[in-house]
Amino acid sequence: MNLVQAIAGRVLPTTVVGLILLFLIFPIVVVMVVSFSSATYLTFPPPAFDLRWYKAYFGNEDWLRPTWLSIWVAAAVVILSTLLGTLAALGIARLPPALRVVASGLILSPLIVPVIVVAIGIYYAFSRYGLVGTPVALVLAHTCLAVPFVVTSVSASLSGIDPRLQQASLSLGATPIGTFFQVTLPLIRPGVLVGALFAFITSFDELVVSLFLSGSGAVTLPRRMWDDLRFAIDPTIAAVSTLTIVLTVALMGCAHLLRKRAT
Amino acid sequence: MTSLGRGASVALTDLEKSYDRVAAVAGVSLDIRSGEFLTLLGPSGSGKTTTLMMIAGFETPTAGDIAIDGTSVVGMPPYRRNIGMVFQNYALFPHLTVEENIGFPLKQRGMPKPERAKLVGEALELVHLPGYGGRYPRQLSGGQQQRVALARAIVFKPRLLLMDEPLGALDKQLRENLQLEMRRLHADLGITFIYVTHDQEEALTMSDRIAVMNDGLVAQVGSPEDLYDRPSSRFVAAFIGESNFLPATVRGMEDDVVVAECEGAIVRAICPGRPASGDRVLLTTRPERLRFTDGAWSSSAPQNRMNVTVTEAVFAGERCRYMLQAADGTAMVLKEPSSAAIRRRAVGERTEIAWSVADTILV
Repeated sequence: MNLVQAIAGRVLPTTVVGLILLFLIFPIVVVMVVSFSSATYLTFPPPAFDLRWYKAYFGNEDWLRPTWLSIWVAAAVVILSTLLGTLAALGIARLPPALRVVASGLILSPLIVPVIVVAIGIYYAFSRYGLVGTPVALVLAHTCLAVPFVVTSVSASLSGIDPRLQQASLSLGATPIGTFFQVTLPLIRPGVLVGALFAFITSFDELVVSLFLSGSGAVTLPRRMWDDLRFAIDPTIAAVSTLTIVLTVALMGCAHLLRKRAT
Repeated sequence: MTSLGRGASVALTDLEKSYDRVAAVAGVSLDIRSGEFLTLLGPSGSGKTTTLMMIAGFETPTAGDIAIDGTSVVGMPPYRRNIGMVFQNYALFPHLTVEENIGFPLKQRGMPKPERAKLVGEALELVHLPGYGGRYPRQLSGGQQQRVALARAIVFKPRLLLMDEPLGALDKQLRENLQLEMRRLHADLGITFIYVTHDQEEALTMSDRIAVMNDGLVAQVGSPEDLYDRPSSRFVAAFIGESNFLPATVRGMEDDVVVAECEGAIVRAICPGRPASGDRVLLTTRPERLRFTDGAWSSSAPQNRMNVTVTEAVFAGERCRYMLQAADGTAMVLKEPSSAAIRRRAVGERTEIAWSVADTILV
């Protein structure tokens, strides 16, 4: 009886959760292991340990150029979407409740509509202005996708602020603008930073919209990986994947720490 | 125009505030004198906080006027009013140190750093928190946070300080200490205090005058003694302290004293108006002003007497509390200071009580 209870109460849930986690992580682990392979083709388990595919990545302009483009695009997206998203969140908070629902629904719509639909729409709109194949197109499109994350994160921070703090600031002689910079902004800063990190990741990892907009002139890292997979497959792709995974996990870790410190 | 004292005078004229046609404040007129400690006292929903928020500038009146030192401030933004305010739950800036919190209003006024530091130091002395400047609000106890909030609200030397239930979140002992401290601070600074609370004991302890509010209106304004000894309405008599209410029928007037028949006895009461003979009225008296006579107790002051039956006797340490029943069933409470020398009354005992005519009010 006790054994049955112990199995049902602890062993079973632990095993199930463990299996689910394994299911989720296993492909990532395989990719990471393969990236250290000495073989010239994708095989698991790898015959021997070697860093040659990392050297191949860092020694190849065809990989580094898209990497730098992705970083620059993501940085621009961070600046634009953080600015727009923070202002939008502040504006939404001042709307009457009924309008608030409509406004946040509209802002979140890029997350609700299938990405492929967004991508096609943006492609047609931008091709009319000759933007396809330029980094500007990527920055604008990725900003659309990243703004919802910033708005969500900043709105959550804003709703946690005691409205009396702003009243206190005004009563002490600070103007509304002074109150924003001295009281509101410092208090929502963790939310703004978390939003900025998510904006970076959103842009850096984005493939679908990039497939349509990169053309041949603005190839991002995910687009370069996609091309590589389609034409010539070698373990370099595993090395690149591992680096992107490490970067993303590090940024998510930062976001988590920021959130924890904010509470 | 009289010369301005250290404190601002505040005049509220027919002040109204409605939300969706529901009146939170329904026509308040009140003159608050320079240097006065005035308390707005009332149950929740009586409009006291809304009135305070209008004075601070966070709510715009629907009608009426607010004048500070004779100048209307309606439409003036809160950051130009130069009014100190202490909020419920303190509202200290969590990302700033105690020093930066107190220095905040000085910084807004463009005061250079060294001067600021000097005034912040003085303010910390004033609230008995020297040496706490480098800490963050979360590192302080509730009472200490309240002192910091107080220091922040007075450091820029406003002529008017508004307080919205500032002691509500503190325990009883601390609340009593801070009440005395606020009284002392008021005397030292000489500025006008407007204090909002629902706690009648707090209001009685601290205020020069109390405005009792009910349903968006001022029910009565007066000194604590005025309100306690001469309540003008049943609401005020019941809200401040404990009261006995005796239904009576007016039989005549003797100068300012009304003579009424009550519970088969003739009772005299102080009465501001002139009710007509035969009117049904309500008399009120405080439980601690009633005495058992044992047929003998006498006083030079005019008295009312009544026969009662003891229905309940409770010993509560410093005093005894008796529930009494008058001839036709009206329940009354009598409080007597306890003493080993005084005989305790038994339930069921029939006896006589007496109290002064001066302690009997027609409401």
